Amino acid sequence: MPAFDHTSPNDLPAPLARWFAAQNWAPHPHQVQMLQATGNALLIAPTGGGKTLAGFLATLAAACRGDMGAGLHTLYVSPLKALTYDIGRNLARPVADLGLSCRIEDRTGDTSATRRARQRVDPPHVLLTTPESLALMLSYPEAPKIFGSLLRVVIDEIHALAESKRGDQLMLCLSRLRRLAPQMQVAGLSATVENPAALAQFMGGAEIVIAHPGPAPDIAMLPTTATPPWSGAGGAYAARDVMRAIADARLTLVFINTRAQAELFFQALWAVNDDNLPIGLHHGSLSREARRRVEGAMADGALRAVVATGSLDLGLDWGDVDLVIQIGAPKNIKRLVQRIGRANHRFDTPSRARIVPANRFEVLECIAALQAVEAQELDGDGRAPVGGLDVLCQHMLLLACAAPIDADALFAEVTRAGPYAGLTRADFDACLDFVATGGYALRAYDRWQRLVLREGLWHLRDPRAARAIRMNLGTIVAPELLSVRRGPRGGAPLGEIEESFAAALSPGDTFLIGGQTVRYDRLRDMIVEVTPQPAREPKIAVFNGLKMATSTELSARVLALIGDRAAWAALPCHIRDWLALQDRIACLPQPGTMTCESFQRGGRWYFALYSFAGRNANQTLGLLLTHRMERDALAPLGFVATDYATLIWGLEPVRDPAPLLDPEGLRAGLQDWLAENAMMKRSFRAVATVAGLIQRNLPGARTSGKQATFSSDILYDTLRKYDPEHVLLKITQAESMRGLADFGRIEEMLRTRAQIVHSMAPHVTPFAAPLMLEAGRIPIRGAGSARLLEDEAARMMAEAGLTLEDVGAKTQA
Amino acid sequence: MTACPFRFQDHDFIARPSGALFWPAQNALVVADLHLGKSGRMARRGGALLPPFETRATLERLGAELQDSAAARLICLGDSFDDDRAIAELGTERALLEQICAQHQTLWITGNHDPAPEHLPGLVAQDWHEAGLTLRHIAGDGPDISGHYHPKLRLAGQRLPAFLIGAVHLIVPAFGAYTGGLDHDAPALAALVPQGRAIVTGAAARMVPLPLPPQKRAGAARRWSARR
Repeated sequence: MPAFDHTSPNDLPAPLARWFAAQNWAPHPHQVQMLQATGNALLIAPTGGGKTLAGFLATLAAACRGDMGAGLHTLYVSPLKALTYDIGRNLARPVADLGLSCRIEDRTGDTSATRRARQRVDPPHVLLTTPESLALMLSYPEAPKIFGSLLRVVIDEIHALAESKRGDQLMLCLSRLRRLAPQMQVAGLSATVENPAALAQFMGGAEIVIAHPGPAPDIAMLPTTATPPWSGAGGAYAARDVMRAIADARLTLVFINTRAQAELFFQALWAVNDDNLPIGLHHGSLSREARRRVEGAMADGALRAVVATGSLDLGLDWGDVDLVIQIGAPKNIKRLVQRIGRANHRFDTPSRARIVPANRFEVLECIAALQAVEAQELDGDGRAPVGGLDVLCQHMLLLACAAPIDADALFAEVTRAGPYAGLTRADFDACLDFVATGGYALRAYDRWQRLVLREGLWHLRDPRAARAIRMNLGTIVAPELLSVRRGPRGGAPLGEIEESFAAALSPGDTFLIGGQTVRYDRLRDMIVEVTPQPAREPKIAVFNGLKMATSTELSARVLALIGDRAAWAALPCHIRDWLALQDRIACLPQPGTMTCESFQRGGRWYFALYSFAGRNANQTLGLLLTHRMERDALAPLGFVATDYATLIWGLEPVRDPAPLLDPEGLRAGLQDWLAENAMMKRSFRAVATVAGLIQRNLPGARTSGKQATFSSDILYDTLRKYDPEHVLLKITQAESMRGLADFGRIEEMLRTRAQIVHSMAPHVTPFAAPLMLEAGRIPIRGAGSARLLEDEAARMMAEAGLTLEDVGAKTQA
Repeated sequence: MTACPFRFQDHDFIARPSGALFWPAQNALVVADLHLGKSGRMARRGGALLPPFETRATLERLGAELQDSAAARLICLGDSFDDDRAIAELGTERALLEQICAQHQTLWITGNHDPAPEHLPGLVAQDWHEAGLTLRHIAGDGPDISGHYHPKLRLAGQRLPAFLIGAVHLIVPAFGAYTGGLDHDAPALAALVPQGRAIVTGAAARMVPLPLPPQKRAGAARRWSARR
């Protein structure tokens, strides 16, 4: 295609400018700045600021000038499959209208095998993909050919990627791309963040472009006719009010924090949908077909509302959304701001958002969040000093699939990635050793070799291993999921549920998936077979979505709000009553004091500690405290941590919490429990999976046979016993210190709130009630659970009319 | 450690919390499915590079059990090795094994993983008849004592290796470190031991009836009922 004009490559070509003018659109200053950037650039813009277009202007301009060349020109990476689909559709319009020679394709886990194979030989000009698909492509020997011509990389929603291991993986891939295509330019696109410089460093250095923040949002609590319940997270009490708001708006996005809640709320909405407004459901457990249908219907304007989880959290460009409703506490001010921005994707009009707290605790958090938004105070989050070493192990394996590895060159390449700038050579070598030989202290035999060193290069010993390595790709280790299908044999796929949930089902049980109630029939070949049961009241679907910890800033605001009676004026009357009731029955948390209470219920003693330290720190605290309670013969059975509190239950009461909360003792206990708690084992499982020690259980690759899986717990115990210095144990320890929130947050809490206030409540307290219903309980396998096992076994024998005397007296062996 | 005595086919046995079976009348310790050399076999076949410590871990545990039970004989019910080659690849663990066999009269029953074990100290047999019972790898015509299935049982929220004791079959749990398991109510096991007793292992050996009476689903049930 001939060049239309002779302006500099950094200006908008005339035909493109004319096309945009015809759409009544003029570029924002930050979009022009992104077009003119000569090196890597990071754009910080609020939702609706035309971020994606800013990232693609340079590509469209090149296409207008006929400069696309042969092969891959632009790579677009987004954290969500749905985004690649959406972006592809949006880009297709100007390309078609202007008759540009520019082939755009997406490539995700959902792309067909034939298409993926073709893309390896004949890549499009613009490839839209996810970090995982990019990593996979880099593992192919053809990678240099595919990516050698690359000129631009656009990373969308980079602020979201930077928060997880997926970001580490993407930055490692970016480093590899820079080696394959030294000429390429990277554009990072981010929502509003509190520290743009850190994000620029994360992407390996970039010029920062900050867009005008736009008008202040119109955000408030949604007035509801009923008061929020004492407990629960579903928000169903507000279904009618939400329905009314939907009816008054053009298109509403209803955000809710977990998938199970989304299913339930969706059902609750339909129950009051008297006008049969078209309302869709979108979350990560639904089948791909179901998700695409909703995305398509939304883009076509066929829907009035979509109930969604984090799967729609990120920048899908739906221009028509004019109302965002957040059900449940937002947990994080930054995320709330980003979600609010989804309403009115126009830069110059304020976004309209309403919040619906799901229970009374959340009313407090919602009000605190609104106050924070008004004060324009975002929460920060500390990144680990060095990226995940398990991710590095996986990256090494994937690169070894593409070509033999030169250790020195790879070290130089890896340390050019932002998160790994501080990586030591010793850690790098330990990872390489693990990848090559397992890295065990017992230096084994030559069969313990995945990589072999030949002429200075690390080769894959058995090229057939590449397949298993690629299958294991990815940094998200989700609970095992089982596919749900209608009817026996090859019925329509409805979605996925967690294996632990499936295991708890008995034939005839009903649960919700995809907005319909289904009856569990059987589990066959690891597929859950169900029959639709429209009329039945379902059991709740307990597949957990993402659980975020309430940020430090937001937690502090909540505690301050509770503690300051003068600030109660901002609270609804029923909340003031609730706080007053808690004050009367037990004690009200105050800044500066550590409030806790004990009470008895149903044969168990409960101990609730109102730390307001966030879910992760509270989980750490729960582990530490139960460990000490076990030592003190209080027979703890388990605990649950929320953002506000830790609730521990056991067979004996806590009457004096002071010795339990002694900071010295807690610190000393830290090392002990790190060794053997369930949390560490869970962490280990994730680390071992990402690093490639254990294979992911993939659908189809699994049988129900006896030796198909063995527990990673046993590997953990074995390693701890025989090779305590092993690199995976080190990674696990570092990881869980971070993952469970650093001990620092607990120490700070103990320091700033030194005065312990403990009450023996006569029964379950108004604050403790919601905690009793929380999911995600951590069992403690100690003396208490041994007593329960004993009781359960004895009860069963008795029920069956058997006694141990039938078979001889119990003896000590 | 609390062991659990029981009777099977008019013989007295003691189920040990480790998953080993003690037969006092024969002064024998019976174990199943040691799967020694599992990590080595996986590594050799290009699989995962598992920590190569399970052979040592299993043999150390076995040695401790033999000493603790004061058994004079050791009977391994097959799949003692993850494959026949694993015997040659024992390496430094060979000494541990020799020591055990030197102190105890050892009988190796062959299994599907180790059909033809060679160069083993002790006696090798496909199956073995003793005191009116057959000792074999996979349950056949009863009455017999066998392994193979790695039976497990869920109790009070935990999934534990378990002995299954039916009218004619006694099935012993896997003793090896890296071994998974099959639920006691999986069709293959339910067909062999439809009713009788199970003894779960772990911190202590505890007997429960089979089939299990309905269990309380503590946490889950409370959660589900919360919304009603």
